[in-house]
Order: sequence, then C-alpha cells, then structure tokens
Amino acid sequence: MTDTAAGTVHDRRGGLLRRISDTLFRRPHLLLTLLIAPPLLWLGIVYLGSLLALLAQSFFSIDEFSGMVKREFTLSTYAELLNLANVDVILRSLVMAVAVTLAAALIAFPIAYYAARYARGRWKAFFYLAVMLPLWSSYLVRVYAWKLILAKEGIITWLADKLYLTWALDAILAIPVIGGPSLSISYIGTFLVFLYVWLPYMILPTQAALERVPANLLEASADLGAVPRQTFWTVIFPLALPGLIAGSIFTFSLTLGDYIIPQIVGTSTYFLGQAVYTLQGTAGNIPLAAAFTVVPIVIMGIYLSIAKRMGAFDAL
Amino acid sequence: MNRMKRTFVSVIAIAALTGLASAAEMKKEIGPGEGQVNIVAWPGYIERGETDKNYDWVTDFEKKTSCKVNIKTAGTSDEMVALMNEGGFDLVTASGDASLRLISGKRVQPINTDLIPSWKTVDERLQNAPWHTVDGVHYGVPYQWGANVLAYNTNVFKEAPKSWNVVFEEQNFPDGKSNKGRVQAFDGPIYIADAALYLMKHKPELGIKDPYELNEDQYKAALELLRAQRKLVGRYWHDAFIQIDDFKNEGVAASSSWPFQVNLLVADKQPIASTIPEEGATGWADTTMMHSEAANPNCAYMWLEHSINPKLQGDLAAWFGSVPAVTAACKGNALLTDAGCDTNGLGNFDKISFWRTPVAKCASQSAGCVPYYRWVSDYIAVLGGR
Repeated sequence: MTDTAAGTVHDRRGGLLRRISDTLFRRPHLLLTLLIAPPLLWLGIVYLGSLLALLAQSFFSIDEFSGMVKREFTLSTYAELLNLANVDVILRSLVMAVAVTLAAALIAFPIAYYAARYARGRWKAFFYLAVMLPLWSSYLVRVYAWKLILAKEGIITWLADKLYLTWALDAILAIPVIGGPSLSISYIGTFLVFLYVWLPYMILPTQAALERVPANLLEASADLGAVPRQTFWTVIFPLALPGLIAGSIFTFSLTLGDYIIPQIVGTSTYFLGQAVYTLQGTAGNIPLAAAFTVVPIVIMGIYLSIAKRMGAFDAL
Repeated sequence: MNRMKRTFVSVIAIAALTGLASAAEMKKEIGPGEGQVNIVAWPGYIERGETDKNYDWVTDFEKKTSCKVNIKTAGTSDEMVALMNEGGFDLVTASGDASLRLISGKRVQPINTDLIPSWKTVDERLQNAPWHTVDGVHYGVPYQWGANVLAYNTNVFKEAPKSWNVVFEEQNFPDGKSNKGRVQAFDGPIYIADAALYLMKHKPELGIKDPYELNEDQYKAALELLRAQRKLVGRYWHDAFIQIDDFKNEGVAASSSWPFQVNLLVADKQPIASTIPEEGATGWADTTMMHSEAANPNCAYMWLEHSINPKLQGDLAAWFGSVPAVTAACKGNALLTDAGCDTNGLGNFDKISFWRTPVAKCASQSAGCVPYYRWVSDYIAVLGGR
C-alpha cells in the first residue's frame, strides 16, 4: 500500500536526476564502478601507462652512427646495461641502499622503542616533533648544510682537532674505497647524509608497530619466567618486524633512486638516478636510460615480495 | 583497391611532410606582439631586478613592447633540451653542447636576420659560428660567451700555472705537496674535449684537429688521460656554488672553472685567480634560439632584437662574468666598467675551443667521429673509476 503511494510520488517527481539515482540504487555494482573508475583510470593510464611506455623504450636501441633512437625491438640495450661500468653503477647503488637501510634500522629501533614505550605526554610530543622537524625544511638546504659539516675545513674536522682526535679521523679517511681526501668527498660522507635524510621514514613506522605491541603480552612473557632479552627476541622484535620492514621499503627505495645527494656529497661516482638523468638529457640515449630505470623496478619488486612474506603490509 | 589505398596513404604522408617543412620555414615579417614570450634560460641570464635592482633588462622591454616575459630557468644543458622537447616555450639560451642537438632534432627554427636590425652589431666572429649556423642557415642569435678558465689558489701558486698539466698529471705543487685530491674537473661529458685539447698540444702524433671531432684512437687516448685524472680528483664539480664552497672549504688548489665562480671568490677576498694556460681552453658560447613551434613568434623576435642591445649585453656581462656578444657593450657601461670585458676574457677568443655537440658525421674525420651519447656513457664509466 505504502509502496504504491511512494511509487506514485516518484512518478510525479520523476526528473532525470531522480531516475539516475533510482538506477544507481537498484544496481549497487554500477555505482561502485562509477565511483572507482576515475581513480582506476588515473592509475591505469597516467601511472601504469607512462610506466609501460617507458619500459617499451628500453627495448629500442640507439643507432651507432647517427645517435638517433631506432624504434625496432632489440635486446641490445639490455646487453649494454651489463657493461662493467653500468654494472658498477647498479651495484654501487644497491650496496649503498642496503647499508643505509641496515644502519637506519639499527639507529631507528632504540629511538622508536623509547618514544613508543617510555615517552609520555609532553615528551612524546617532543619526540614526534624532533623526528618530523627535519622534514619541514627543504631537502636541498639540509644536504648543503651537511656538505659544510663534513667539509675538510668543516665542523667535524674542527671538533676532531680540538679533541686531539685528528688521527682517528685520518684513519677513517684512509680506509680504502670508502675513504677519501675529506668526509664530504668520500662514500662515508654520502652514506651519512643518506642516513640522516631518510632516518625519519624508518623511525615513524617502527614506532607505530611498537606501539601496537600489547603490554599484556610483555607481562605474560615476564610471568612465564622470560628474562628481558628473551622477551625482546621472542615477543617484541617479531611483532615490530613488520614496522621495520615497512620503514626499510622507504629507506631502501629512496636511497636507490636519489640523484641529488651523491651529486653534492661524495666522490662524483654515479648512482642509478644520476645515470638515468644524464642519459635521458642531452645524450638522448632514452633506451639505455629506460633500461636503467627497469633495474630499481626489478629490485624493488623482489624486495617487496620478500617484505610481503614477512608481513610488512599487515601493519598497513 | 589495395594500390589505391597505398597511393592515398603516400599522398597523405607527402602532404604531412610538406606541412611540416612549411612550419619550419622562417618568418618574413614581424606582426603585432602576442602579449607574452616564454624563455628557458640559465639562472642569472634574464634578470628583472629581483635580486639586485641595478640588474634589470626585462622591465623596459615589457613596457616598450607589452610582451610579458615568462622565464623558466634550467640548471643544465640536459634540462634545457628536455624542456624544449616538452614544448610550450618560445626561446632558449642554449649552450653549444645543446644547440646542434636542438637543430638536428628540429626543435628550433631558422632565424631571419633581416628582421633583427642589430644583427650586424654582433661580434663578427660569432655571426657564423658553427654551433648555431648549419649550411649557412642561422638558428639563433648569439647572447654571451666565456671560457672555462683554470682557477688556482694564489697561496699555492705564486705565479699562474702555465699548463693544464696541473690538473691532468700527478705532480707536486709549488708548495711541495702532491696535487692528489686537490684538483677538480667538470663532471659533464663535454669535459672529454678538455682532455682532447690537452692532447692536441702534448701528443701531436694523435693528429687531433678539433677536440669535438675525435676518431676512435684519439677518443681512446682522451679517455686514458681522464682515467689517470680520476685518481687525482676528489670530487668533480657540477654546480657553480658547490665549487665555490670546495675552493673555500675543501682545499682545492686548481680546477677548470668559469669566470663566474672566480669573480665571486675574488669578491669574497679569497686567494683565487684564473688564467688560460698555453694549451688554450674550452669555452661556452650561448645562443638564443627559437622553438620550431613557438606560440609567440612576434614577441620572440622582439626579444631577440632586445637581447643584443649594448646596455643589456654589458649589464649581463657584469652580472654573469661573461663576455658580450656585442662588442659595443664593452664601452661606457657603468656596471661592467671599461675594463670588464678584458677581465672576463674578451681577448681570449682565439684561444678558446667553443663547446659543440660531438656528432657522428663531422667535417674533419672522413671515417666519422665518436658521437655525444658515447661520451656520456664513457664519462660515467671514467667517473666510476673504470
């Protein structure tokens, strides 16, 4: 009875909008499709599409004679990628990314642990601020500041001199491969700046994971007679691991792709990002640049699948 | 049927090609301004008095022509080429290592010099320069030029070094300490030409005639020299301000550099001076070029004319430490002073091998030259110690 009444009301006011609304109400799937289409199109066309266009470029090659791009399928660009000099660039970036990630995890964990379990009230706010604060200022400014700190006539050298520790600094700089004429002209310097710049991205997810470890589990562990070290390794660490891994995805991928830090601090040897940047510019060697960009995509693919197995995405 | 289709397709193709060709033809006359002009420029090249109100060569132009000037700065030649490939710009202040590439990529259009009344005032040595003139056609208007000088620390060198060997070969500097870790080199692949220039004088048996036109053997020898240099160089310089900092804080005693850095260091009372050694030097000469699909060609032509007026040229030379493309600018400019052009290297023109994109088809080598894309990948290898 009421239904028919409502129906008549409908019919009387049945404009276009009303009819659309009715159709959508009757077919929830259609509504869902319409709502999800724009973001899907965005992802599909703008993001994946451009990515695929880039990947396709890597199967072209550059003409030996004219230096123009030949639009024919070939694997010769990938063969070129395996030149020793290019492999050097890849390995260098990879080793740096791994080193930065491990060091960041090592430093971030105690900070995150303190912030999550001990800091209260105002202190907690202070911790959040202290971790986030560097992210508010320009990335470039921070990197330039580090160049000055690490310079031969910079703060660290000055401090070492005042503390009669110049011999220690010299010993560090004398280490083959990673040493150099000064901290700012060595792999150690590049490493330190990377570590500083990406550290907040490791601390925040780790802290979030640690905060989610229920206190009653720790009490239960203690009740059952576990010493603190056992509690740490069997309860806290496994539960915090997804957070650490989530953080490592940031530090690892950001280090792998960065092309500004190694240009300002370091020995001028190329990292992946710089190689791509230089090759796609005046050189016009887009195929090789594209092949280079495939490398971090593959590395990150492998890395993410391992991270997924270890439960990094359960914490999201 | 099939044949008809094919004929039809080729007709369309020909029509499309001729369409393209006519689009690339040069302008015959300048119409009224479009109200704006978009320029890609090196930082500091187009100033509207925002940094220092004495250095302003845009406001006048805007008032006179009602063309609003929009500037997009680019830090490297690579960026400039990328921006021009993207489109949406009318003009670019391209250096010689980018200009030929822009021309061969058909990104820039021929310039009708009859439409630029001041063209004849341009330094004659620049008018037909090979980095913007191809087969007698001009693709731009010279803007400024300068040399990649040898900058050195005057506390270490009591007198100016006579040769580039201070940065290429291991040796003790006059202060008794080795040059290892105390010299720098430019990190762009175009620096291979500096090595070739050095070899031109020191290994004449290689027969290098032009540092931008190298055959395989000459190229190999240049790379060999650069690999030895890698052991001496701590960091290669890329950004002018980082190099200034390295001279101040990293104990760099000698390096290839621009007058721009040297002027700033001298102004800062640092013990730095510059010289052009006996081998000569490489240098850059920038050309204002016009995009082949420029949306505002009339304003662009007005800017091209404006860009070579003596006042602008002199002010810019004072600001950037470069040499004007118009020699009339060297006299009577308050900011540059009458000594300014000589300070910035006006007399060095003949000692300079100007930057040019190395191309496979070159004039001096019948077997062809090593093209730029190989310079890039090999220089990456050299920097990586390989």
